[in-house]
Amino acid sequence: MAAKSPQQLYDERVKRTLDAAALRVPDRVPVFGPYQKYPYGFAGVTFRQAMEDYACARAACHKFLDYFQPDLDFGPVFAYPSKAMEILGWKAFKWPGHGLGDDNMYQYVDGEYMKAEEYDDFIYDPSDFMMRVWAPRQFSALEGYSKFVPWRRFMWSGWMNFGFFDTAEMRKSMELSIQGGEEMNRWWGSQAQYWDEIKAKGFPLAFAGWDWPPFDILGDTMRGTPQILADMRRRPSKLHDALKVATKIFIEYGSGAAGAPVPFTWVWVHKSTREFMSPAQFKEFYWPYLREGILALVEKGVIPVIYWEANWESRMEFIGDLPKGKVVYHLSTSDPQKAKSMLGDTVCLMGNVPNIMLHSGTPDDVRSYCKKLIDTVGKNGGFIMDSAVMLDEAKPENLKAMIDFTKEYGVYR
Amino acid sequence: MKERLVAAISDMQEEEAIRLVNEMLAAGTDPQLILDASREAMTIVGNRYERKEYFLPELIIAGDLLKAIGALVKPKLKAQGPGKALGKVLLGTVAGDIHDIGKDVVGFMLDVNNFEVRDIGVDQPAEAFVKSIQEFKPTIVGMSGFLTQAFDQMKRTVAAIQDAGLRDRVKIMIGGAIMDSSVAQYVGADAYGADATAAVKLAKGWLA
Repeated sequence: MAAKSPQQLYDERVKRTLDAAALRVPDRVPVFGPYQKYPYGFAGVTFRQAMEDYACARAACHKFLDYFQPDLDFGPVFAYPSKAMEILGWKAFKWPGHGLGDDNMYQYVDGEYMKAEEYDDFIYDPSDFMMRVWAPRQFSALEGYSKFVPWRRFMWSGWMNFGFFDTAEMRKSMELSIQGGEEMNRWWGSQAQYWDEIKAKGFPLAFAGWDWPPFDILGDTMRGTPQILADMRRRPSKLHDALKVATKIFIEYGSGAAGAPVPFTWVWVHKSTREFMSPAQFKEFYWPYLREGILALVEKGVIPVIYWEANWESRMEFIGDLPKGKVVYHLSTSDPQKAKSMLGDTVCLMGNVPNIMLHSGTPDDVRSYCKKLIDTVGKNGGFIMDSAVMLDEAKPENLKAMIDFTKEYGVYR
Repeated sequence: MKERLVAAISDMQEEEAIRLVNEMLAAGTDPQLILDASREAMTIVGNRYERKEYFLPELIIAGDLLKAIGALVKPKLKAQGPGKALGKVLLGTVAGDIHDIGKDVVGFMLDVNNFEVRDIGVDQPAEAFVKSIQEFKPTIVGMSGFLTQAFDQMKRTVAAIQDAGLRDRVKIMIGGAIMDSSVAQYVGADAYGADATAAVKLAKGWLA
């Protein structure tokens, strides 16, 4: 029998993924390893090299793809462009070569970048707040943006305010913004080149967009974690008003995935962890806005992939009120069988081979775990195999066992 | 007055609590009484956290209140003798990892439960743990990590403690969202705790 063409393989992989996501029974369980820095270690380069040298990052991801042959691929999008971040002077981030070692995972520096008294400004005109107040706090290159006059005043004679452009601070910020933009175009060009190359090999992209829940849009890079959590008690009404605005931003931001072959918008969940808020607080402040956003994205033809974090079993009873077969829930370290029994009729489940097992277990451990997942969570479809959390460290033989075993045993007879 | 202050703090009535403290200080109340009320309130907060009535938002507000009350009261306090702690616990997030919230919650709950806690902060290499054990002489060490790279950093830290001849002087517990008992085994720790309540239970169990 002739080998399948890349186009055939591509179409199969897309159909397999969409069938699983829609709770139709696919030909077999889709499997992939969503990675952050894994391919670079696998290719023998540091994460820092991958973040500085875009061709190096592409080559490493190709090596990963060729060896492991997953159904979907992220590519080098998580090898953030360190040169652009240097130019823009991102103060709220540490990365390899900038506060962290060459092979360290980059991390966000939590802080209060939106003060409690600024809720009204954000609610009134979020773009103005983010451009004039938030951006200068986060990026040293954009400190000149504080000179902008609010653009909402531009009608008729707003242009008469243009004097602010002719200040030393604004000139500097404009120059650095252009340099940052040039570097971002180089990086996005590299991503686009990679996407064309993997399509030519028969691999679909695992993402078409991403997003953060409304609560996290406000809480992650704006209020800061302790501040927004305490806001639920200290200023609940203001928080609700801001969350309504954040929900609109969520919908706008995540809509870009519509029309893609695999229209997955990955929604990175950070603040709904079971210790961070009570079930009652989750029901009041977190879920209603996320649900509203999910429904709006589904309406637009997007498939939201909710990347729940850690153990979210205490949330399961609240988060099933969704249209069937339209949303994917990532298991993380939650009980997969519990998720299947409570939510398996409504959402596709993705996960959850433990990262410690991939890191220091054996291929037999991995195969045994995958078998159980396929037998239970994979029953009647609605399941995609992957690692519990993003792949940074793993033994190649364990990852290969996860992928190869799923391809063999995960066939629906 | 004291009971009202304890209730205000433990019920998260921030403005009322500060108002009461100022009123009590103005009336010449012994500052130590106010601190005792704060500690009593923190115990109630801790109990509510263990019973899953309170979560991190309430611990954050309680911590802020404790700091604010301390700032008002401590300048007026006479010198105190050292308190009697149940035991000493060293906490830190391992090298290359800057996540701290889980660690801070553990520290808060251990403190509320009368442990003397030293928190060496985030991104701490193995050598920093070793040095702090030598200086502070804890009997319990808690390592926190959120990233998968923490698996090997924790292993390295335990090995360094072993190499320094300190391993048999301390019990080591680990915590973090992706940690579990198999990670504890891999890194050579004594136990894993799923949350701050578990950390307190482990610590108390090791006192015996």
